[in-house]
This record gives sequence, structure tokens and C-alpha cells, in this order.
Amino acid sequence: MYTPELLELIKKVEATRDKRLDEKFPLLSADDKQELLEGFHPDYKDEVFRTLSVGPSKGERTPVEYADIFEAYSALDPDTFDISKVDHEVDVLVVGGGGAGAAAALVAQEQGANVLLVTKLRLGDSNTVMAQGGIQGADKPNDSPAIHYLDVLGGGHYKNDPALASALVMDAPEVIAWLEKLGVMFDKESDGTMVTIHGGGTSRKRMHAARDYTGGEIMKTLKDEFLNRDIPLVEYAAVYELLTDGDRVTGAVLYNMETQEYLVVRAKTTIIATGGGGRLHVLGFPTSNHYGATGDGLVLGYRVGAPLKYLNTIQYHPTGAAYPEQILGLLVTEKVRSIGGQITNLEGNRFVYELETRDVEAAAIIRECSGRGLGVVTPSGQPAVWLDTVVIETKLGEGAVKARVPAMYRQYERFGIDMAKHPILIYPTQHYQNGGLEINESCETPVKGLYAAGEVAGGIHGTNRLMGNSLLDVVVFGRRAGEAAAAAAAGTKSGGKLSLEHLKSFHAELEAAGIERAGASPMLLPEYRRPETVTKKIELLA
Amino acid sequence: MAENMVTIYVMGKPYEVPGDLTIMKAMEYAGYRFVRGCGCRGAFCGACGTVFRLKDDYRLRVGLACQEVVQDGMYLAEIPFFPGNKANYDIETLKPTAEAILSLYPEVFRCLACNTCTKACPQDIEVMEYIQAALRGDIAKAADLSFDCLLCGLCASRCPAEIVQYQVALLCRRLYSRHIAPEAPHLRDRLKEIADGTFNEEMGKLTEMKQEDLAELYDNRDMEPR
Repeated sequence: MYTPELLELIKKVEATRDKRLDEKFPLLSADDKQELLEGFHPDYKDEVFRTLSVGPSKGERTPVEYADIFEAYSALDPDTFDISKVDHEVDVLVVGGGGAGAAAALVAQEQGANVLLVTKLRLGDSNTVMAQGGIQGADKPNDSPAIHYLDVLGGGHYKNDPALASALVMDAPEVIAWLEKLGVMFDKESDGTMVTIHGGGTSRKRMHAARDYTGGEIMKTLKDEFLNRDIPLVEYAAVYELLTDGDRVTGAVLYNMETQEYLVVRAKTTIIATGGGGRLHVLGFPTSNHYGATGDGLVLGYRVGAPLKYLNTIQYHPTGAAYPEQILGLLVTEKVRSIGGQITNLEGNRFVYELETRDVEAAAIIRECSGRGLGVVTPSGQPAVWLDTVVIETKLGEGAVKARVPAMYRQYERFGIDMAKHPILIYPTQHYQNGGLEINESCETPVKGLYAAGEVAGGIHGTNRLMGNSLLDVVVFGRRAGEAAAAAAAGTKSGGKLSLEHLKSFHAELEAAGIERAGASPMLLPEYRRPETVTKKIELLA
Repeated sequence: MAENMVTIYVMGKPYEVPGDLTIMKAMEYAGYRFVRGCGCRGAFCGACGTVFRLKDDYRLRVGLACQEVVQDGMYLAEIPFFPGNKANYDIETLKPTAEAILSLYPEVFRCLACNTCTKACPQDIEVMEYIQAALRGDIAKAADLSFDCLLCGLCASRCPAEIVQYQVALLCRRLYSRHIAPEAPHLRDRLKEIADGTFNEEMGKLTEMKQEDLAELYDNRDMEPR
């Protein structure tokens, strides 16, 4: 429900709607983009970062909240922790139950590997399930993998690893076909032609969608297929530490989130597919991410020696919900802009083309609010700009909003806002970690036996990812990781030695750097209880 | 904040919380730390299905804890898991027919058409309608009507016939997409081109290209109209 004050402000947006209807807003030049990013994007501000003083990427910068999880001790004492009893012996251990983990497990199992998937929440609980807008793939006659590649590189500021970006775009049509065959309900014309639209930074309409539950529909399908095949699964089991034989990763310590018991897994190969770190709340930004997005896999990999790539760039999705307060930070899918939604300032004027790349779009919104003072301020003090969704109805006909973005429509309807009749308030939200563990095109990290896929890996998207390339990424690299890890496992002897020697070294490095013991890492879950509660908490049921 | 405090009953136990919070945030305010019953926090994952009653009202209501705002006197319990039946099948060989569905989920026959499932859906899906469509073998309609399902399980928790509606829905969507909707023809063409190596030379050039040349191409690329 809008307050009377906000309803009054909406009149300014309504007043300019006719004028905006056929208005062509120009794309920014390369120089203007650079100036905008340097002035207003958080990635370009020094105070956001800290230089790591330990580990394989010592000397590199990450946002302070990420540095905190790398420069922290494990809750396990490697000198006394008993790992002598092995509970599971597998070929391939998959850590993480989102799109990448599920795809990896399916493919590894098809290769004949004995797979175990573990996830700290439920299978499917992930950012994948929340991805609304779509999945890219150059499969139309006017498009090609090469055109897709150019969009990916330009969007990523040419920092992408060419081999990874090439794998992404070249595998894309096959991935779409794989999902189609598994029974993902893509939006199609009656002859089977995929309905495809633009996303920010695309030069062709190659965004495939399943209404605006694209990631949800993909995840539900992968999960269903996973369960049909009876692949071993342990839910509510976080990997707390990897195990090595001194040279390669040979297993992991699992923590039962409910009983607090631990289990030891011996695995020939291990795939980290734990996703991103939105719940670390860089700069205190709200986040669009899943509850479990605490960057655990980055910590696991880092401690065994896997270096980071581009973990100094975070994607702020330009259109997070800014009002009402109850949904602050949740995503308003880019598809709203793809189908014609327009962004305006307090005066009802557009100030940026709606489908610039996400970093540019977000920086433009931050500038409009903090640089130019032309933003709206919500009753809770949150800066915001308008996203005029009503114009979609004017362009595409009555009912278009509800038909094309039903999840969005429902989200606002729950709070008494009809986005077909009123514009909505948005502001950037922490959405995606562009970087992560370094991998090659087979998803191998530089550490033997250790693979990474999905958001936890870095280099694919350079320093800025395009919409629709993360759903693509999780399936492309999940499948590649599953294939490579299964093949490597087939050539590996069983009975690898298990040790926590790497953790002893890491702890020694922390001590040498003068880092004090405070808290423990990985984080596993964010803390949203009030400080008053947390400080009064006592643990008596020993 | 203090002026708008309300009392909610979490599994029968009263807590005073700010009245503008969602059930999920109110429970965290009260001191709960979720392990189960919390997922995406944005109405996409179905982890936080919740049953509640309002003051002086016998009626059981449903919602997602991440979306539903608390009200004074709200009496609630999350149902983070429901032990529903899930059949295993091979989507490749299964036929998109009523017989296939009934062989896997014979309890669908027991539908009483009482509509309790529909009333229990926090997504406002016409659950009974899609179950009836599945029963008639109208897989396309069942797929269409059930599309927004989050697998929260509240429908099944209330069904007197013990049908697991959400599993039937997912089966219908997979059957429809695999066996009824036509395959995308342009996708087959593209896969053949990739297999034939049509793009290899161009991709080879691009992956070797210097940044300034890539930027030149990128900045001057033609854009398909929005």
C-alpha cells in the first residue's frame, strides 16, 4: 500500500508517461560509462576493500566482508580433531545443492561415478531457484555464439577468461536443448520456437524464459530428475572443512546442521558448487540472495590453496525492491525492463537507458539519488527511483504485467500494490559475486582433486555478468565439472589418505600475520537475530 | 517502532514483535535462528509454508512466512517439510496420459473435489482444477495452471484424499514440456552448426583478439531492436 505522500509523487511519473512512450533514450558512450562507474559504483571505491594478508591470494583485495571470512580460523582444531572413522566412501563428492551441484551430480552419475551430493539446506535451496528473468543461449538464426561471446566480453569489461567465456557461449545451445529434453517448461510459440527477449547488454534477443520463474522451473526439474535417479543425497549437511593427503583433496568433514554431529567423507574428487556470498552484505547493502549464500565454498577452497579470481568485483542488481520495507532488497527481475518498463527519477524523467549492463545501470541509479538529489526517499529513509511498470500495459496491452511477470505481480499484490496501475520503487541490491575460485574450462582449480562450478568460480564473467548468463553458467559449468570430476575419479585409486595438515598451515599463517581468533569461518548461516538476543544467549544443553 | 508492537503466538508461545514485519523477520526478532523453514526469503523456494489463525477466528489460513505480515493475535506454526509421496519415473519413456499419472499416483483417483487444496495454496493456484485436469488427461492444462507452484506442500498437508498435488504438478509440467510442446526447431539447426564446426574459426579469432580490437567490435555491434 502506498502512503498518501508517495501517491502524490506518483502523479509526476504519470504526467510524463505519454511523452516517454515513444521516447528513444540513447546508450552511453564508452567514456561516459567509465566516468559513471568510477564516480558511483562501489567496486571503484577503495574503502570497500581490504588486502588479504594470508593464503594463496595474499596481496589481493576483496571486499572487507569477504576478507573477514578468509582471514578467520576454523572452529575445528586440526591437532585434536578425529577424522579416523570414515562414514562415506565415494568417487565424486558434490558440495552444494543448487543448479550447478545438481547438474554436476546428474552428469557425473551418467559417467558411472558413485556420487554423493551434500547441501547445508535442502536440495534446490539456492540462488538458482530465485533467478527469474531467463537463460541466455544463441540459438536463433540472427544470432551466433560469436555474437554472444562479444556481448559477454564487452559486458565483463574484457576481463573474462577467454576459454571460460568461449565454453559458456559454445555450450549454451546444447544446455538449452538438455533442459528442454529434461522437461523444463520454456516459453514457446505454438511451433516450438523459443520466445526470446533482450536482457541488459545483449545485442540479440536470446533470453529464454519459463515465465518469470525460470530458475525455479529449471531447479525443480533438475531436482526431480536427481531424485528419480536415486542419487545419494544428504541434506542439512554443510561441508565445514576439506581433507587432503598433503597434495590433493581427498574428502571432507560434514556437519549435520540439525544434530550437530560430524561425518567424514572420503572422495576421489570434490566439486564445490556452493554459490555466492550475498548474505555477507557488502557495505551493508540489502541482498537478493538466498539465506545460505554465505560464501562457504570460497573459504573451503582458499584454505586448501585454491586462489581467487576477480573477487574484487560484486554485482549490484540495479532493481532491488526499495519499498515496501518487508521486501527490501528482493529482486525486481530485469525482465520488467526487457519488456518495456522505464526507470524515472523523482520528476518522472528517464535518466539512463533501461538495458545498459547492470553495473552501469546500478551506478546511474546511485548517481541519480546521491549525486543529483533526484531520487525518492521512502518512509524508512531508503533512497529509490521509480520503475514505471504501467507503461508496459500501455505498450503491450492490459493484463501484460500479470501475464509476463506473474511472480513480480504477486509479490507486490501481497503488499497492496498493483504494479499494472502504479510504478514501483527500486534501488540497487547486492546480487552476484562476479569472481570466485580460479578454474579452467574443465572446472579444475589449481588444487588437485578439487573442482568448482557456478557462482563460487570466477573468471567467466570478467568483472560484470550479464542477465541470463548465470543460469547458463551454473548448467554449463556444473555439467563440465561433473564430467571432468567423474573422469578423474575413474583414474584415481581409492583409499586416499585424509588429513587436516592444510588447516594447521593455514592457522599458522593466520597467527604469523597477527590475526586474532574471533568468530569462526565458514559462516554457514547469517545472523539475523537482534544483538540483544545474541549477547544474552547461553548454551546449557552441552 | 514501540507504538506498533503486536503479539504473535509461535507454536502457541506469545512474543511481542513489531507489527510491520513478515512472520519470518518477526520470528528472528523474537530470537529464532532458522535452520529449516527459511530458504530464499523471497517466495521462490517454498521452504517456509505456514499455517495460522487470526484472533477469534476458527479458520485456518496459510501463507509463506517470508511474505506474510504479522497481525496482532496471529497463532502460527511453520510446516517446513511434508512427508509426501514421490514416485520415480523415466521421463523419456513415460507417455503424457492420464494412465501414466494414475499409475504413478493412483491416489489422484481419490480426489473428492472438495477444493481444500486450492484454499491452502499460498500462491493462489487453482490446485483442484489442475488435479482434475490431470485426472482427465489434460496434461497441458495441468501444466499451465500449476506453473507457479513452489513445492511448499501445504496443499498435500490439507488433502483428505492424501494426494501429493505438487508432485503431480511437476510431473505434468515435465511431461508437457518433454512430450507435448514441440521441440524448438531453431535449436536443432544451431546444434548441427556447432557440431559441424561452423563457428570454430570465428570463435578462435575472437578468443585470441586484443582488447582494443574487441572493444572496437563491441562498441559498433548492431543491436536487434528492443
